[in-house]
Amino acid sequence: MRTDAEQHALSNAWQNWFRFSRNPTAVIGAVIVVVCVLLAILAPYITPYPDHVGAVVDFRNRHQPPSAAHWFGTDNVGRDIFTRVIFGLRISLILAVVVLGVAIPIGVILGLLAGYFGGWVETVIMRITDIALAIPPLVMALAVAAVLSPSLVNSMLAIALLWWTWHTRLIYSITRQLRTQEFVEAAETLGASRRHILFREILPNCVSAIAVKTSLDAGFVILIGAALSFLGLGIQPPTPDLGTMVAQGASFLPDYWWQSLLPGSAILILALGFNLLGDGLRDLFDVEDVR
Amino acid sequence: MTASPVLELRDLHKVFPLRGTFGRVRGEVRAVDGVSLSIPKGQVYGLAGESGSGKSTIARMIMGLTRPTGGDILLDGVSILGRQASLAHRRKVQMVFQNPGASLNPRRTVGQSIRVPLDAHGFPGNRQRRVAALLEMVQLPRHFAERYPHELSGGQKQRVAIARALAVEPRLLVLDEPTSALDVSVQARIIELLEDLGGELGLTYLFISHDLSLMRNFAQTVGVLYRGRIVETGAVAQVFGAPQHDYTRLLLASVPVISAEEEAMRPAIPLINGEIPTAEDLLALRQQARSKERQA
Amino acid sequence: MSVLLSVEGLSVSFTTYGRRSQVLHDVSLAVPEGAQIALVGESGSGKSVTMKTIMGILPVPPAKVEGGRILFAGRDLLTMPERDRLRLRGTAMSMVFQDPMSSLNPVFTIQDQLGTILKYADRRLGRDRDRRGRRVRILEVLAQVRMRDPERVARSFPIMLSGGMRQRILIAMALLSEPRLLIADEPGTALDVTTQAQILKLLKDLVTENGLALLMITHNLGVVRQTCGYTYVMNRGRIVEHGATQAIFEAPAEDYTRNLIAAVPRLTGRNG
Repeated sequence: MRTDAEQHALSNAWQNWFRFSRNPTAVIGAVIVVVCVLLAILAPYITPYPDHVGAVVDFRNRHQPPSAAHWFGTDNVGRDIFTRVIFGLRISLILAVVVLGVAIPIGVILGLLAGYFGGWVETVIMRITDIALAIPPLVMALAVAAVLSPSLVNSMLAIALLWWTWHTRLIYSITRQLRTQEFVEAAETLGASRRHILFREILPNCVSAIAVKTSLDAGFVILIGAALSFLGLGIQPPTPDLGTMVAQGASFLPDYWWQSLLPGSAILILALGFNLLGDGLRDLFDVEDVR
Repeated sequence: MTASPVLELRDLHKVFPLRGTFGRVRGEVRAVDGVSLSIPKGQVYGLAGESGSGKSTIARMIMGLTRPTGGDILLDGVSILGRQASLAHRRKVQMVFQNPGASLNPRRTVGQSIRVPLDAHGFPGNRQRRVAALLEMVQLPRHFAERYPHELSGGQKQRVAIARALAVEPRLLVLDEPTSALDVSVQARIIELLEDLGGELGLTYLFISHDLSLMRNFAQTVGVLYRGRIVETGAVAQVFGAPQHDYTRLLLASVPVISAEEEAMRPAIPLINGEIPTAEDLLALRQQARSKERQA
Repeated sequence: MSVLLSVEGLSVSFTTYGRRSQVLHDVSLAVPEGAQIALVGESGSGKSVTMKTIMGILPVPPAKVEGGRILFAGRDLLTMPERDRLRLRGTAMSMVFQDPMSSLNPVFTIQDQLGTILKYADRRLGRDRDRRGRRVRILEVLAQVRMRDPERVARSFPIMLSGGMRQRILIAMALLSEPRLLIADEPGTALDVTTQAQILKLLKDLVTENGLALLMITHNLGVVRQTCGYTYVMNRGRIVEHGATQAIFEAPAEDYTRNLIAAVPRLTGRNG
């Protein structure tokens, strides 16, 4: 057993780093995510043919297999696929950020309210959540895209409309456990306001669970976004989207395999990165009830 | 004119309904069953009881964490149960919890935790300086304000909890087993600190514990709680020296003591089939004896 | 009296976050056959690590035994084959756990849980006992721990029993395989004082009746005085002092022990 002084000598940051660096899953996931984000941000500066993002046509170079000039080959109108994949990462990441940026605050706040207040507040919020959970996101997105016009904004809207429910569920269950903890009761007896208790006492204790969930979610959102685009209900050409590229390339299989396979691999790697990172963070923070 | 007691409980009741399937009420548990007591200023009142005696429920009711189903709680002669009971009035009573590890938010620094009551009650003046002064009061260095609870030992955490409770200058502290999670040597220092602070600040304590040896040394008046009722009360030396109620006797006889003098003062409890009886056995036995007497 | 368990020069270290720190320094103690020995210390003293090392339930790594021997009936537990050690654990030496709430599985009845333990103990010892034989033995130990209605208790689920009764079950569990040494980890600390007194009396009676040796690990000096004749005091991974309990409590030789005893509140009041 260590004395407290010794314990203190090992600072927080060091302990976290120590555990993180010895967790290969987390490290690989983090590397993938960081590299993808950097590529996406720097896309205009590092891609060989930045103008190929738009409706460029270069028939002399169409259907070129992967080579030194075109790492991922070219598509049916002669555009560099590597360039378009990198720009495609951008769209996928923006989709994830916007969807989660809308869904998480809503989900977290509703979860906190339902978990802390209980009673009819809980009943109303959690029943709505249950109903929303019963609808598969892809079906919802298809419906929204069918009613409105298929576009990036609409597909994000559709996904965000359902995604908050998972966070509500998660935060609700954590809050219910925390509500009876002594430190929450202590804050109540000290006269702290409800807002203080919800956002200063309980929320900080949810952060690690939210981080894990967010990372895992990002992978799923990206997959669903790609699936929508693949079905023609998401991003519309010529904007380079990974799902759309897979769909277009699919008509040239198996001869020009690179046109769908390589963008497909990019989706896979990106989603995998987020999932590995999420799993790694879960081990690191030791949170259990997050799926 | 005598000053009104700092805390007065008048015939306090708390009944929990027992619910079966579909929320139907099947019965009730009388957790607190008519408890009355009053504590004059500057006194330490020890409430002794085991699990299920209702001692924690009493603390929770005083702190406003649960509402009594009957009776009244008065602070400085004014009820804290009415709708008009203000935050300012509530401020006068604060609590130190049993487990210092659980009563401090693990994600907030010591300084942030101590600031909670200052912010909640709109403390006038420099709050940061007040936090430093409070840490000093509980004999912790002021740079502890930057630390997180897990960087502190159990005793240090409990000091922080005491500092937090003292932040808004309460008149009464409810101490719910404040040292039962600590080592004896640490416990001795925390009790010493509480005694010093009590003298300096004119505090009144309601000390809830199952540790009778500790109570003997810290409290002046004691109430023995059994199944929601105070079965015996009086000056601590008197109650412990000449216990009248069977349950008090059993409690005292059960204390693991460390000297022959203490052993000599523990009441003898008759063994039943070679075993120490439970409180229920003992009281049932007494009941039988009484009904026999009546018949004779 | 021959020595049943002896720990000689035991040193243990822990490696956490890449740093090694020694938690036991040259710990030696002896438990004679049929004696009641206390190992007392505050949190972080190393008493639990010592107990876990003896029981062979120390997590290795992060822990590492740096040196020393643990002799049980003359054989070194640390060097004997794992299989022999398993045979000893839970049979010749068994453990009474501290927490009556979490040490029992809530979904099985008492007789199921005791039966499973007995079955494995029998298998390890190569004993042959059928279902009925096991049931007889279970009722026997339940009666031994003074259960008023062993038949009913055997059929109960843990949740139907009070804390004190569950603690008795844990003692019964340790007695199942007729051990020679009981290791009790803070017995009764999770219970009320009155229940604790009953449990301690029971433990003491059982040990003397059956001629068992008892090694009690605790932080409570009162508990030590009540149950054990000989005491080892531990602090910061070292044995600070040992001797007859009476002698240590009346005239402690070391400053640490003296301060520890002085810190214990007395029922007689101050200076009493």
